[in-house]
This record gives sequence, structure tokens and C-alpha cells, in this order.
Amino acid sequence: MSAVLDVVATLGRAVLGALARIGRLALFAGEALSCLVRPPFALRQFRQQFIEIAYFSLPVVALTALFTGMVLALQSYTGFARFNAESAIASVVVLSVTRELGPVLAGLMVAGRIGAAMAAEIGTMRVTDQIDALTTLSTDPMKHLVAPRLLAATLAMPLLVIVADIIGVMGGFLVAVFKLGFVAQAYLDATFDVLELMDVVSGLVKAAVFGFVVALMGTWCGYNSRGGAQGVGQATTTAVVASSILILALDYVVTAAFFSE
Amino acid sequence: MQDSPTPKIRLRGLRKAFGPKQVLDGVDLEVRARHSMVILGGSGSGKSVTIKCILGLIRPDAGVIEVDGADVTRLNRRDRAALMDRMGMLFQNGALFDSIPVWENVCFKLLAQRRISRAQARDHAAEALAQVGLAASVGDLSPAELSGGMQKRVALARAIAARPDIIFFDEPTTGLDPIMGAVIDGLIVDCVERLGATAVSITHDMASARRIGDDAAMIHGGRIVWTGSAEALGRTGNAMVDQFANGEREGPIRMELRK
Ligand SMILES: Nc1ncnc2c1ncn2[C@@H]1O[C@H](COP(=O)(O)OP(=O)(O)OP(=O)(O)O)[C@@H](O)[C@H]1O
Ligand SMILES: [Mg+2]
Repeated sequence: MSAVLDVVATLGRAVLGALARIGRLALFAGEALSCLVRPPFALRQFRQQFIEIAYFSLPVVALTALFTGMVLALQSYTGFARFNAESAIASVVVLSVTRELGPVLAGLMVAGRIGAAMAAEIGTMRVTDQIDALTTLSTDPMKHLVAPRLLAATLAMPLLVIVADIIGVMGGFLVAVFKLGFVAQAYLDATFDVLELMDVVSGLVKAAVFGFVVALMGTWCGYNSRGGAQGVGQATTTAVVASSILILALDYVVTAAFFSE
Repeated sequence: MQDSPTPKIRLRGLRKAFGPKQVLDGVDLEVRARHSMVILGGSGSGKSVTIKCILGLIRPDAGVIEVDGADVTRLNRRDRAALMDRMGMLFQNGALFDSIPVWENVCFKLLAQRRISRAQARDHAAEALAQVGLAASVGDLSPAELSGGMQKRVALARAIAARPDIIFFDEPTTGLDPIMGAVIDGLIVDCVERLGATAVSITHDMASARRIGDDAAMIHGGRIVWTGSAEALGRTGNAMVDQFANGEREGPIRMELRK
């Protein structure tokens, strides 16, 4: 009897703990978002973060997209080789890249690059009293550190994904034309025939959501890190793992919202 | 200058525990306006925690913190920001921002409050750095390129750059050579006597404590066990304080060492 109660109590504690954490995260996000409508705004920090995310993530995201598009074309060729191959391969490549792989892979890359950096930087600032110092220097750390990162990531990710879409489709095109010997014009026609506005829009919405999630987890884990170098390392790991899982889960949610009639 | 009857800062029954560890167990303390208070106490006795509570960086479990006679433990965002505008703090480890150069660190508060422009800030920083014995060229370095003592002095320059009304110094002279220590002590006295600030300093250096302090208080076991004149440190008649000030092994304070 008491063993059963123990199990129930342990479960209850775990659930309560998780709920409390989710509540605190929501408060944190709400506070950060409120900073975006209360002047003064940290424009310098926003610009710096935006450049860091949008511009310096370009090479990683572009390379990922390029190879993904190329692999997609090659893989689908084995399946569709018999008939109507141009249009089948073109549509597989363009739809997978714009709807799914562009935003998800860019999101995962940015989680590793930007989410980790945010958690490490803010975490180090936390454990070396720099966040407290900001407060004593008439600067709201939420406004100075968190809000600009959230906004920059949310706006930069869709731009990155537009680039990823173009380069991914181009990767598929290169393989189709130069390796599989398809007619360039026919392949391009097939690509634009099948592509609809909604495919791109849903991908960009995903991108914005993923950007927000990566920055939220990065800043949240950094902001709450404790206990020196080890704590910062832990915060960084948690930020990357949590945002990667959230990206995949939210990918499903957004897809379901867009494409389930 | 006359003493105002309400103390600048008054702590009553301040309590703070971290987990099972009761760090502050009913701290009562009064700091007179335009005077300098020195807080003494063993390592880990809760000195830094006390001043972080006053600044609102740590939320106490219980107790009242009054500044200018008004309770500041439950301020709203705007009032807390207004209070913070009047305070300055030198952190024990400096806590310089390592992503920006020294000059921007020094003028951070003035820039945040938009009291000076970025163009003016460099000159202003050079002046502030000169006060703590650093060359203007230091302003262009990154904090990571400075020695520990230099970082401390930059942090001190940053803490006083905005001319705060209440200043907290957490071990201002630790890690400095004796001469530079004396210079910094002079600067702290200056802040109080010339600028009319109220200072609360933590120090382990008795010579420095006598130089910068008007009053002194000793914290032990989570409480203030003695307050008195800083000048008398070392011959106060309180066995605990005298043992601490003279650095004697034998006395009422037992260090928790395992034999
Ligand atoms: N954020 C925290 N989390 C947990 N414990 C803490 C925290 N901050 C301080 N403590 C504990 O509170 C006690 C008092 O710390 P505090 O930093 O105030 O010491 P101190 O008097 O300033 O010592 P020192 O002279 O060495 O700086 C210490 O035992 C420390 O372990
Ligand atoms: Mg301390």
C-alpha cells in the first residue's frame, strides 16, 4: 500500500515540478515579449544579434540545404526512374525542401550554432554576476539580453530559410541535370508547376516559430544557469537538446495546422 | 553637513537561507546618511548576500529593508528602477562586461540613462580611469586583457561613474598593492565627503577599514554582533571583534577546521 503511495507521490512531484517549470518559462517569455513593446529598445543589441544569426549562419545553412537537395534528387531517382521522372523528382525535391527540410534542418543548425552560443554567453554572464551588474547599472537584463535575441532569431530564421529553399532546390536541379541527364527546362517547369504559395508560407511560419524556440531555450537556460563552468556547460547542452526536440515536435503541430483539412 | 535623523539604510530582521543553510538569521543594521559603513565578518558569513539583498538582487526570506525610511522590499518595476538609478555597486569579482571595451564598461550607466552620448563617453571614461590610476589607453582594451587588480579598479570606476547616492563596495582593495589600495581608499572617502554619498563597504583589510569607515559592523552567525566606530577597530573591548581585527587564532570565534 505505502509502496503504491510512494510511486504516486513521486509521479505527482515530477508532474508538479514540470508544470512549475513550464509556468516559469511562460512568465519568462511573456516578460521578454513585453520588453518589445516598452521603450527604450535595445537596438544595438538587436542589430548585432540579427547579423550574427542571419548573416553568419548562412554558410552552414546553405551547405546543409545544398546537400539535402542533392541527396533528395538522387534518392528519389531510384524510386521514380521508370516513368515521368522529371516531374516526380522535381516535385519531391521542391516540396520536401520548402515544407519540411528547409525549416527543420536550418532550425537544427541554428539551434546548434546560435542556441548554444546564447546559453553559454548568458550563462557565463549569470555565474560571473554580470547580469546582476546590468541591473545595478540601470539596465533591464530582459530588455538588454533576452528580448533582442528573441526578436532577432524570430525575424532572421525566415530569411535563412528562403535562402535554404532556393539553394536546396538548386542542389536537386544540379544533380538532376548534370548527373541524371534531365532536360533543364523541363525540370524547372515541373518544379514551378507543383509549387504553391502555401508550401513556402508554411515553411516560413515554421522558420519563425523555430527561431523563437531556439532563442527562448538558449536565453532561458543561460539565464537560469547556476554554479560556474559546469553549470554553463549543462545549460548549453540543455538548450540545444530541448530546442531540437521542440523543433521536431512543433514541426508536426504547424504542419497539422496548415495541411489538415 | 548635518546628520539627518532617519538612517539612509535600515535593515530589520533580515533573513535568508539557501536550502538548509541559514545564511542571514535576523540582520539588523543602520547606515547613517553621508557616512561610510564598513561591514566585517569571516569568509562566507553573508556579507555579500546582505548587500545584494539591499540592492534587490537577492530576495530575502523575511525582514524589512528601508532606504530613506521607505520599505523597498516590495517595490514595483518603475520604483525599483528609480531606486537603482541612485545606487552603485562594486562586485567582489568585478563583473565587468567582457563583450565590450573598458571605456564602454566605465560609462555603461551614463549611456544607459542617456546622460551622455557615445562620443562624449570616451573622454568621460578617460577621466574616470585616471581617478583609479589607469591610463586613458586602457579604455580601448577588453576587460579580459587586464590584470586582476586593473579589472578591480575599472569596476570601481564603473561603480562610481554615475555619481550614485548610495554606493556598495564589495572588497574594493582586495588584490591591489598597498599603495594603490590607499589611493582607492582615498577615492571612497572622497565619494562620501565631497560628493555626499553614503557608502557601505566590505573589507578584510583592517587598515583600509579604519581609513574608509566612519562606522563599522561585524556579522557573525547570520547576525550583526557588534556595531561601533571604525576608528576603534582592534581595541573595541568586544572580544570577537578584537580577535577578528587583530587576526588572532585564539578567541570566541572558532574556525570550523577539522583537526
Ligand atoms: N546564490 C547562492 N546560492 C547558494 N548559496 C549561496 C549563494 N550565495 C551565497 N551563498 C552562500 O551564502 C554564504 C554567504 O555568502 P557570501 O557571499 O555572502 O559570503 P561573504 O561573507 O561575502 O564571504 P567572502 O568574504 O568570502 O566574500 C556562503 O556560505 C555561500 O555558500
Ligand atoms: Mg563576499
